[in-house]
Amino acid sequence: MASLKIICPNGHLGFAPLKTGSFHLGVAAKPDFIAADSGSDDIGPVPLGNDSCASPRAWQEHDLEEMLLAARKLDVPMMIGSAGDTGTNSHVDMYVEIIRDIAKRHNLAPFKLGWFYSEVDREYVRAKIRSGSAVKGLDARPDLSEEELDATQRIVAMAGVHPFMKLLDEGCDVIIGGRCSDSAIFASAALHRGFPEAQSYYLGKVLECASFCAEPYGAKETVMGEITSDHVEVTAMAPEQRCTIASVAGHAMYERSNPFHEFVAGGKLDMTNCHYEQAAEKTTRVTGMTFDPAEEFRVKLEGSGKVGERFVGMAGIRDPYTIANVDQVIEWARQQTVDRFGPEGWELHYSVFGRDGVMGDMEPLRDQPGHELCVVVQGVAPTREMAEEVAMTGTRQLFYARLPDVKGTAGGVSFVLDEVMQASPAYRWTLNHTMAVDDPLELFPTHSATIG
Amino acid sequence: MNTRKKLADLAKTIRSKNAGTDKITFDIIFREKDTYEMVKRSKALTPESVCAVLGVDAARLTDFVEYDPAYAIKFTILRERPSGSAGDGDIFGAQQYAPFLDVEVDLSA
Repeated sequence: MASLKIICPNGHLGFAPLKTGSFHLGVAAKPDFIAADSGSDDIGPVPLGNDSCASPRAWQEHDLEEMLLAARKLDVPMMIGSAGDTGTNSHVDMYVEIIRDIAKRHNLAPFKLGWFYSEVDREYVRAKIRSGSAVKGLDARPDLSEEELDATQRIVAMAGVHPFMKLLDEGCDVIIGGRCSDSAIFASAALHRGFPEAQSYYLGKVLECASFCAEPYGAKETVMGEITSDHVEVTAMAPEQRCTIASVAGHAMYERSNPFHEFVAGGKLDMTNCHYEQAAEKTTRVTGMTFDPAEEFRVKLEGSGKVGERFVGMAGIRDPYTIANVDQVIEWARQQTVDRFGPEGWELHYSVFGRDGVMGDMEPLRDQPGHELCVVVQGVAPTREMAEEVAMTGTRQLFYARLPDVKGTAGGVSFVLDEVMQASPAYRWTLNHTMAVDDPLELFPTHSATIG
Repeated sequence: MNTRKKLADLAKTIRSKNAGTDKITFDIIFREKDTYEMVKRSKALTPESVCAVLGVDAARLTDFVEYDPAYAIKFTILRERPSGSAGDGDIFGAQQYAPFLDVEVDLSA
């Protein structure tokens, strides 16, 4: 085959619905595959730890229905990675169920559905550590300790192209993936059809965020990538968007620390010598990418550990004297919590919006607070009852803070609510590591079934 | 003649975003090659100056790249705590770029 075309309608399926106009234009261009990634670690550690979705089910169903109906009509494979934001087993199962329901509702002709899982058992990781195979930290993290492993609720491994290719080899028409590299979904399709690794991984890299590689800015619009044995072309499908040299080259550096290298399970895409040219008004052509296979097969692991139950309170401040002394006000409320619960076993976090709530210690203007502040208070503790009381103490005691020269002695802060609200439990990223494996498929069991 | 301009008036894009769970990356992208080269020459953005703007220790800067294909200057810092830890005010790291809007660039350099 001289070339292969893939369309991607959404850079994070479910997080906001795809735009149907450009998607239908993409479908009309007769792609060979329709694919999208549904996951991101941008959403923080809560969805993974809690096994919850960051996206409403209706939005996920909307995109899956659009994609499934188009793919079956064209009779081309549909591929989804990192199901349900995190790619946990339960979210893969949920997407499989959604696909079954859509097929039934639309009376689709029989097709083969494949899926794979990405969760990794803690004991499996523990055995690796004990065997002397270090689970290496990324981004300045130390190697994984058993203590940190014990603090972890759930772990997913980041699949490369391998489970997708296995399911394509088995003839699957629709594939639902657990956690995986965004680019692996698209790369596996190209590799499956015999295109070289460098171009295949670049195709995946450029398509993974859909219209983020086009301009003007506009998310959730469809883009089409076309691969040959020596180049990749990417074309915006939305009438108002173009893929330009600037937008495509600019995308290579999006959400990554280094614009030249993309690490995937099994190797590294090197974009250092990429050459970009405007092939047509809406199309940019890229050449010059290379791929270096890894000597040791290491898989990235993501893990989330529960810190505690969490409640949230809010308070406003308008008195300029109180604003100038807000740290003392917070210290008062914190001390009341210490007096009630002791110094340890709970957490209070204060974000002072209007001063440095967004940037914290990095805020250069933190000595120039606004004329009013909003203090967001998070109380974290082992039980809901205690978390509620910690948050309540940390919030309500702001009202009673004893500043020596305050004129307003009837209440030091304003409330929009006199309660605190239950939030998701607090989690933290415990794993951002890599683990060596012997077989690229060993962490990713695959399954398939005929639907209809 | 005033030869100083704010970065916000020179760059097409000034943005920040998570790069994984532990880092935030900043992209300053220019529309024209000339502007990009001028800002590079001005030394308004260097590993030292970006750390100074954010008030972070040099050890937290993991990457600083002048990326010619996109007319972009890109740098990455380690977060103090992983994204989304309780108390994190910006889970996506998407609003950390604001101080760079006002960075002054000396165009006579």
